[in-house]
Amino acid sequence: MSDAVMGAEHISAVSTGASTMIRVRGLTKVYHVGDVEVNALRGVDLNVARGEFVAIVGASGSGKSTLFHILGGLTPPTAGTVVIDGKDLGGMTNQQRTELRKSTVGFVFQKYNLLPTLSAEDNIKIVEYIGGRSTDFTPEFQDVLKLLGITDRMKHKPRALSGGQQQRVAIARGIVNKPAILLADEPTGNLDSQNSAAVLGVIKNLNERTGQTILMITHDPEAASYASRTVHIRDGQIV
Amino acid sequence: MLNKLILANLTHRPVRTLLSVLAIAVEVTMILTLVGVSHGTLDSTKDRAKAVGADIMVRPPGSSVMSSLSSAPMSDKYLGLVMAQPHVVAATGTVVQSLTFPDSITGLDFDAFKKMSGGFRYMDGGDPVNDEDMVVDEDYARQHHLHIGSKIKLITNQWNISGIAEGGKLARICVKLSALQNVVGTPGHLTLIYVKLDDPTLAEQVANELKAPLNDDQVYSINALMDAYSISNVGMLKDFIWVVIAVATIVGFIVVFMAMYTAVLERTREIGIIKAVGGSSGLVLSILLRETLLLAILGTLVGIVLTYGTQWLMKHSVPASLVQETVYEWWIYAGAIAIVGAMLGAIVPGMKAVQQDVTEALSYE
Repeated sequence: MSDAVMGAEHISAVSTGASTMIRVRGLTKVYHVGDVEVNALRGVDLNVARGEFVAIVGASGSGKSTLFHILGGLTPPTAGTVVIDGKDLGGMTNQQRTELRKSTVGFVFQKYNLLPTLSAEDNIKIVEYIGGRSTDFTPEFQDVLKLLGITDRMKHKPRALSGGQQQRVAIARGIVNKPAILLADEPTGNLDSQNSAAVLGVIKNLNERTGQTILMITHDPEAASYASRTVHIRDGQIV
Repeated sequence: MLNKLILANLTHRPVRTLLSVLAIAVEVTMILTLVGVSHGTLDSTKDRAKAVGADIMVRPPGSSVMSSLSSAPMSDKYLGLVMAQPHVVAATGTVVQSLTFPDSITGLDFDAFKKMSGGFRYMDGGDPVNDEDMVVDEDYARQHHLHIGSKIKLITNQWNISGIAEGGKLARICVKLSALQNVVGTPGHLTLIYVKLDDPTLAEQVANELKAPLNDDQVYSINALMDAYSISNVGMLKDFIWVVIAVATIVGFIVVFMAMYTAVLERTREIGIIKAVGGSSGLVLSILLRETLLLAILGTLVGIVLTYGTQWLMKHSVPASLVQETVYEWWIYAGAIAIVGAMLGAIVPGMKAVQQDVTEALSYE
């Protein structure tokens, strides 16, 4: 039995439990491209437990990025239920979704998405500032930076960092406000195999050492193998 | 932290930042220079009139306080009438003929003028002896490269420079009264009459008393005349200032609009990043508006410095034509105009940034 099926079968068992971090039920998303209706997600059910590292694997056009955007509060669902850390995303206003991104979700993007005008350190601090937290790094976070291996690159701007280093800064930025979940969208999509392995190792390590809940979107089975559970998505449905 | 981001954004595109600051600076300089020249021209005119030492001035009938003078409608027999009034100790008339703006040539009775004001203080030469002799002030001489013995053609005559006087008294270009009356074809007629009293405190009273014998001509005490010398009394100048301010504001608005619109387009992905990590629409708008505010403040400061440049330029190239004062209170007005124009220019780009969809912004290349 695949992890995806197992995940679906275990939904009822964990849906109301305190350890459930993400609970998705009957999630659909319909886009309108001109007059054409595109069903990006067709009734997705998914549970992710607190502290889990789950990989969502699917081909291009399978709906995995749409799922990422909805879970991250970047776009609203068309129908269905999405609950993250007890917060129901259904019917959330733009302002409420902004608040969700500020306090509950951290992001790691394929293209790193660091602000080019700021140093690595300031890229992290601006997220702390937006989150309404002190911009002084705690000793605990300093340890995370050591774990990520970027303590000596903090004063550099993104253009002076390698892809792997930029992605590790992005990971640090994603978790600096202690989000309930870290969403990573193809985090190794722009990296060579050596840097990919390093970044995935860091993500796995982070999950194991800090208990950070991580949901990683990828099309690469090898990247997915770092996760503790793999869920497959195809044509907008979990398979 | 936000200020750091704003500074980083501005220094990331130094040429665009510099051009935006310069455009706002030019806007501020335009306003300050125009206001400075208006005040300077009025004040120098006022100072020159005051330095004559008269207590009352009689102007042509039908002229307003601030209208330019270029006719000689008053008979010189008025001088006798004026002299016959109680408390009048001296009276002298002048003829004023306008030249190319803002210059004019003044014909005067140098002896009578000397009795009233002490006469000109000459840096070189002296009062005219012959009808073709002319006295100019040092600014006019410098601007037109004149010295004693130089020839200059004004109106239809060739004049000979006989004296270069210190500026600030009566007029920049003076000739003998009879000479100018003959040149402009108004022998026996005057444009202005200056009156000195034995008691300056009686100026208002005597001015009122003079209105009857002079057929209600424009008789003013010098103090009343000085009070009337203001921009608000020169309708066309006031309108012109507002037109220039409006044009300058529109220029500032367009420049900031274009700069910020380009910035928003260029930073689409960055705006998406800020929104993705929890930045609100208000925060995004705040970043853009603060950037604009900083540009406007820097532009205002540079504009003020540039205004000193225009002042220096006028003083050294056209000292007799344009006098520019530093009008400090207008620093605040010009700054406020620049800031308001810039902020208005940032509204549409700001709204575009606010309305950007996060997912689309993050996929922007």
